Amino acid sequence: MDRESGRALPPILASVLGWLGEVAFLFRKEVLALFKDPANRIILFAPAFIQTLLFGYGAILDLQHVPYAVLDQSRGQAASELIARLDGTGVFTRQATLVNASQIAPLIDRQQVLMAVTIPADFDRKLAGGGNGEVQVVFDGRNSTTAGSAASYVSAVVQALNAARSGGKGVAVVRRAWFNPNLESRWQIMPAMIATLSMLQTMLLAALSVAREREQGTFDQLLVTPMTPLQILVGKALPSIVVGLLQSTIVMLIVLLWFRIPMSGSPFLLYFGLLCFNIAAVGIGMTLSAFALNMQQAMLYSFVLIMPLTLLSGLLTPIRNMPLVLQYATYVNPLRFGVAIVRRVYLEGAGLGEIAINFVPLLAVAAVTLPLSAWLFRHRLS
Amino acid sequence: MSDARNTSADGSGFTTRLVALVRKETRQMLRDRSNLMVGLLLPVVLILLFGYGLSFDVRDAPVALVIQDRSETVRELVSGLRGSPYLDPVDVQTMEEASRMLVDGKVDAIVQIPGDFASRQVKGGAQVQLVLNGVDSTTAQTLEAYVQGALATATARQADRGGGVATGTVTLMTRTWFNEEGNSRWYLVPGLVVLIMTLVGAFLSSLLIAREWERGTLEALFVTPVRPLELVLAKLAPYIIIGLIDLAMCIIAAVVLFAVPIRGSLVAIVLVSFLYLLVSLLVGLLISGVTRNQFAASQVALLASFMPALMLSGFVFDLRNIPLAVRIVAEILPATHFMGVIKTLFLAGTDWGMVASNSAILLGYIVVLTFLTRRTLRKRLG
Repeated sequence: MDRESGRALPPILASVLGWLGEVAFLFRKEVLALFKDPANRIILFAPAFIQTLLFGYGAILDLQHVPYAVLDQSRGQAASELIARLDGTGVFTRQATLVNASQIAPLIDRQQVLMAVTIPADFDRKLAGGGNGEVQVVFDGRNSTTAGSAASYVSAVVQALNAARSGGKGVAVVRRAWFNPNLESRWQIMPAMIATLSMLQTMLLAALSVAREREQGTFDQLLVTPMTPLQILVGKALPSIVVGLLQSTIVMLIVLLWFRIPMSGSPFLLYFGLLCFNIAAVGIGMTLSAFALNMQQAMLYSFVLIMPLTLLSGLLTPIRNMPLVLQYATYVNPLRFGVAIVRRVYLEGAGLGEIAINFVPLLAVAAVTLPLSAWLFRHRLS
Repeated sequence: MSDARNTSADGSGFTTRLVALVRKETRQMLRDRSNLMVGLLLPVVLILLFGYGLSFDVRDAPVALVIQDRSETVRELVSGLRGSPYLDPVDVQTMEEASRMLVDGKVDAIVQIPGDFASRQVKGGAQVQLVLNGVDSTTAQTLEAYVQGALATATARQADRGGGVATGTVTLMTRTWFNEEGNSRWYLVPGLVVLIMTLVGAFLSSLLIAREWERGTLEALFVTPVRPLELVLAKLAPYIIIGLIDLAMCIIAAVVLFAVPIRGSLVAIVLVSFLYLLVSLLVGLLISGVTRNQFAASQVALLASFMPALMLSGFVFDLRNIPLAVRIVAEILPATHFMGVIKTLFLAGTDWGMVASNSAILLGYIVVLTFLTRRTLRKRLG
């Protein structure tokens, strides 16, 4: 008798295991419900794959090709040197060589050229006299970001020309870009996608997992089982977190192996960050599901939330450019910190100490939303 | 009463049934506030976020200045940086400190002027080091152009005063048509019309109609004297109304809140937007008919209509930058054609040739999609 009890587990451990065993039942049931339908299996993993390729090839902010027109009224040596330098960059392709200024507007209006360069008749004469030779450039501003990039390329070409003309006495700017040596926008966007792309479905799955049972009337049955709301919460949250981590893995593998963006940091730290991020996202999803009366509402609420979360994450535009009120609002946005963690670990190779501060808001969101949803399960029965 | 109507001419029976159905659908839609959240609230949130929150424009970017040469020339050179409206330089003593600030995101760039700058400038070969944080490559590239421009202007001024052999300087006079100040809001807000029409047309409608397939309420309606065409028209009517309200909100917000010009014809804007709304609605109807499951429908609608409209239509990412194969896919999308014409109508003016050709393309989509939708509906009923 004595020996037997010695072999048995201590009571606390036994009850923890029992507790976990009950959660495991619910977890198994949820995973089965999720993967039973072959269409669901496709929908859970194909979008991550397709969207990664879509963003990898479509989300490019680097201007690589500028079709332009030139109107050279000077026909001098300096003018042809400027044109030769523009053509020599590989970025500018001359679409048209014009003979008068009235030809510019139609070309730009129909978007056949992005810019038109006019070299006035007195250009060479003024330069030869030691004065300023003015070149007029017109840009199509319908996408002002593109126009701005093109303008800075032209200005770099002109600066190089001026430096060459003054006998190399100008100031050379030596550029070094850390973490992204060629300043490719793909490097800016794609690692952040490891967190972003998984969020849509993890939040949605978490929201749907309860809403589905509510709609089918089985949630009340779940509440009268011996399981506590906390156990229900954990059993419901875990599958979404697992799916989120799997989706992140798909995105990461494509970013790493297909787009060949090198990972500088530790994969373990990356996954630890993703885990905390997913817990926060699932917490928001679970809270939404407690408010939703049916699946349709759960889906619509998640979607209404996901758009602002994505736009205010710093993924595309720096948070510093936002108005101050919105900057404060981003502190409750898990994606802001998810993106920050992934970028800093993946691109900068940051260690835990450097990014620790980003975990605080994530864990705070989780610490509020998860207990709140467990409480709402009990107190909001429709 | 209903007997009298049924015996009347077929045409009036059509309108009576249609009016009754539209009233039913409108009530059903108004009953659930989550529909209106996506249909009306989300567009307002998006308009405000894109209008106030997101900006690609670099203003007052913090830059660390490490000046290791205390000469008068350098002070003059640096005054060019301090005067720039785009840069906000802070003096930092050592490179170590500046590097730490760059990694922590406290500054976006480091400008280092080495101790031998002034002496090298006399001999030629003077260098300025520019270190950028490449994680945000877009900001980094813009900053590089601003720093180079400011330094070039300052050295040109010095060279002018220094006398010596005047070689003449090439100067640029740039003008950006359609968006003189280069404000990214001016192209984001018109582009938002495309996004919101897609949201209401394809995402919301596919989700809600798929739910009716899922629950079998649509089949129940098919056995009533209502004809399929009437049913489809009645189902789409509330979305058309919501879409038009959203269009009005976008136009009013653009003009009143964000001072975006409308240089083209308002009639043309409404006309092409209406055509695109119909295209989106048909896409939504087709997706709902094919999937017949609300979760699947929402995911397919996101993947096949919303994400491409966001990524590949030229909304944020200029199509000139993407690889040819992806560009061909982009050209197939109806959103791309709508995006081109709506940006032109807002910013450039009315190009009736462009309005006509893009409207013809959208009409072509309406014909093809109507045909496909009819086939799916008929097949499913058989």
